[in-house]
Amino acid sequence: MKPMERINDFVVRFANVNGSGSASANRLFAQSILRMGVPATPRNIFPSNIQGLPTWYEVRISEAGHLGARGGTDLMVAMNPQTFEKDVAEIEPGGYLFHDSSKLVRHLRTDITVLGVPLTEICNREYADVRQRQLFKNIVYVGALSALLDIEPAVLETLIAEQFRAKEKLIPANVHALHLGRDWALANMACPIGLRVRRADAVGDRIFMEGNSAAGLGAVYGGATVCAWYPITPSTSLAEGFMRYVKRYRVEPETGKTRAAIIQAEDELASIGMVIGAGWNGARAFTATSGPGISLMQEFLGLAYFAEIPAVIFDVQRAGPSTGMPTRTQQCDVMTCAYASHGDTKHVLLFPQDPHECFTMGAQAFDLADRLQTPVFVLLDLDIGMNDRLCAPFAWDDTRRMDRGKVMTAADLDAGREFGRYLDVDGDGIAYRTYPGTHPTKGAFFTRGTSRDEYAKYTEDGDVYQRNMERLLRKFDTARQIVPHPVRRDAPEGARFGVIYYGSTSPAMDEAVATLADEGIALDMLRIRAFPFHDDVMTFIAEHEHVFVVEQNRDAQLRTLLINEGEIDPARLVRVLHYDGTPITARFIAGAIAEAAAATKIVPLRKSSPKVAS
Amino acid sequence: MTFLPKPKLHHPDLPTNALGLTRRDYEGAISTLCAGCGHDSISAAIVRAVFELDLPPHRIAKLSGIGCSSKTPTYFLGAAHGFNSVHGRMPSVLTGANLANRDLIYLGVSGDGDSASIGLGQFAHAMRRGVNMVYIVENNGVYGLTKGQFSATSDKGAKSKKGVANTDSAIDLVGMALQLGATFVGRGFSGDKTQLVPLIKAALRHKGAAFIDCISPCVQFNNHVGSTKSFDYVREHNEAVNRLDFISGREEIVTEYEPGTVEVVAQHDGSLLKLRKLAADYDPHDRVSALGYLQSRTAAGEIVTGLLYVDPDAEDLHDHMGTVETPLNALTEAELCPGSAALEKLNAALR
Repeated sequence: MKPMERINDFVVRFANVNGSGSASANRLFAQSILRMGVPATPRNIFPSNIQGLPTWYEVRISEAGHLGARGGTDLMVAMNPQTFEKDVAEIEPGGYLFHDSSKLVRHLRTDITVLGVPLTEICNREYADVRQRQLFKNIVYVGALSALLDIEPAVLETLIAEQFRAKEKLIPANVHALHLGRDWALANMACPIGLRVRRADAVGDRIFMEGNSAAGLGAVYGGATVCAWYPITPSTSLAEGFMRYVKRYRVEPETGKTRAAIIQAEDELASIGMVIGAGWNGARAFTATSGPGISLMQEFLGLAYFAEIPAVIFDVQRAGPSTGMPTRTQQCDVMTCAYASHGDTKHVLLFPQDPHECFTMGAQAFDLADRLQTPVFVLLDLDIGMNDRLCAPFAWDDTRRMDRGKVMTAADLDAGREFGRYLDVDGDGIAYRTYPGTHPTKGAFFTRGTSRDEYAKYTEDGDVYQRNMERLLRKFDTARQIVPHPVRRDAPEGARFGVIYYGSTSPAMDEAVATLADEGIALDMLRIRAFPFHDDVMTFIAEHEHVFVVEQNRDAQLRTLLINEGEIDPARLVRVLHYDGTPITARFIAGAIAEAAAATKIVPLRKSSPKVAS
Repeated sequence: MTFLPKPKLHHPDLPTNALGLTRRDYEGAISTLCAGCGHDSISAAIVRAVFELDLPPHRIAKLSGIGCSSKTPTYFLGAAHGFNSVHGRMPSVLTGANLANRDLIYLGVSGDGDSASIGLGQFAHAMRRGVNMVYIVENNGVYGLTKGQFSATSDKGAKSKKGVANTDSAIDLVGMALQLGATFVGRGFSGDKTQLVPLIKAALRHKGAAFIDCISPCVQFNNHVGSTKSFDYVREHNEAVNRLDFISGREEIVTEYEPGTVEVVAQHDGSLLKLRKLAADYDPHDRVSALGYLQSRTAAGEIVTGLLYVDPDAEDLHDHMGTVETPLNALTEAELCPGSAALEKLNAALR
């Protein structure tokens, strides 16, 4: 079989052993491609383990700018004997296998090109120390790959120099290891191979960052001062990101003291309790968690909804239920967050699509929580949370002011303004609040999860209770107007079918729509960015015969929410569901939609005979 | 339970404190608890303590969980914000509130069900973090609102109103608070206000986690023969280790005492705790021996009360974390948001 030939459009997968120090070498590889102006998207595929189990790092190189997972592997860097056979089997026909030829290899395929580099021999010859042999082996393979794929060595050297700026003596050692591999490949192999990286200008001013850190940064810019959290994969790096940026941006210069409090709580119940206590007392507070944490927080979330206390919850979703697959991605907490807690509750949800939106929505969530006096969920997932992703640079308008919402001050109270904690004076369902300690004689009230009247006085009067519950619905209507609106992109000629998607599905969706357009299937697209759904969402659905709803969960949770909140005929919303824990791919979406559209699966509304879609 | 509203008029001769406020200005709504409930005596002790300390009532935040005891913050300090939160979770809500504004005084009120059963974890962690607060458990050994079930502080062998003996070991919150690092630990009895009021005053002026376990008999469900939390039983078995007088820093100590009978402890804020020894060999600064003493006396069937432990130079959670002196909820936008220039620099480093 003819070896594959592709320039700036292929997938490399590194198969490593967890804890072997491969992560930074693999990141170096991905960054070098970006520095050559070619978009590259890495994804960690890792087990719930610290050391010893298999882990993979996949880099999709795409000058066309496709950032979603593609599926399939063109070049496998097989560094893990444990998974070797399975890894080799995954290579696309015509693809390449890179391996350590110091080790015995069996059962190789004939339809792939085998690239053997004696990594262990090279390292054993060069280094006496066992740990050094292991660590530098990773850099040695990056060096060999640079020769095979035509990656500029100067770019790699610059990146190494930047990475070890603080530990300068490590720079020459790493550069040396890089050249050990590169020189061996140049001397012993036909370089480059059919897969090549060619300098381009397709990255622009975009930045490369992980969504969790971006959300932590957003919390700093959004004015968060209290972070209470409990470690849970895949959200831990969000709280840690906040810590890092607090150290950088929130230190009082005169004293060296910190303008934020970060507390690792004993569990998720305590985390959300602290957030609610801080929010009640006028600080901007958040927690970061994942599905199991949301389950634990249910009772408190109902309190915050009913007592109307601002809180921000970042939920970095992973596959559930129960412990599920803690290191695999899904969008499976949509329903549990939307209706969290007992009784009638509804919550505001935001769906960032990439690290850029993790930052902007991460900051905006605090304005929304204060304005609406209610919990606001930011729903990330492992795919955008724990992977570096190319995205638009962060931007901030210095004239922007925090919206602290309706807070009555001592001066307002002294001026004789009427204060009723749950009194809807403006008709938008939002009442004024006071912070504790505001005024010696006015504005104090008792906060409770039990029913109370407009002046916060305890009551079990049914009329009063119902009036309050209806005001909360009015408030939710206000939320509908001020949350991020959906983004619509119509096919050039318009389309009979629409597609709705959200969150980390975006890049795969963009690519799938382009593929489908080439196949003659036009789709109008609507990316939902928040719940409650803006009227534009319902208009979009009304304008299309059928709307595909693409999600990464089993039960079509967003679709259920659309049917429930928009009173939509379920037959009009077609499920496209991907939920095996791997990130959704364009191939999957395009395949599923093409199949549904071409076959008789879509029966136009209120017609009994099947009709073939275009 | 009374249905009569409290008259707003004050007697013209009611004494005022340094702020010109009367005791009535520190009261709250009329209690809806049972007539004779120990909890109402504790509310009254809180009112008196805060009044006598000349604290402006609105600078106190009162927080509670769920249960009879947790209802009481409505019945004192009406000018203060209150928060009746979730069952067993007052400590986390209080901790968060404290993080947001270190300048207010935090008064957490809880019960034995709220703190020793459903909320045992949060109770423990708030103690070990050193949250600056007064945490009062109104301990009656019984669930009142659900009509008479044993709580986790019920003594083994104690009998319920229906005559059933408790077979589970009791949780001793005082022992736990000591072990977990609380820096002020006391035990009082709702029937002994002369002991309780100074304890609350000293706790309010303590910096750090101050815990008071206050035995507070339930007149409805746990005041019978066979109960170890009844008025009669507690009176009979109460062994105070010391008698506390609280003296604010401004006053001078004039009385002379026999050497060795009285110790004066200066707290961080200048307030003085005058401790008259009742148990000859009891040292309230020795956490380890306090624990030992407590356990040996409990085994002998006594209920040890008084100021059991105090570290007058304690630090609090904010000290541990190194947060700024300005309350976090009062920081300005300029202090919080790094702005576009910092972001541009960061963008450059992410390419």
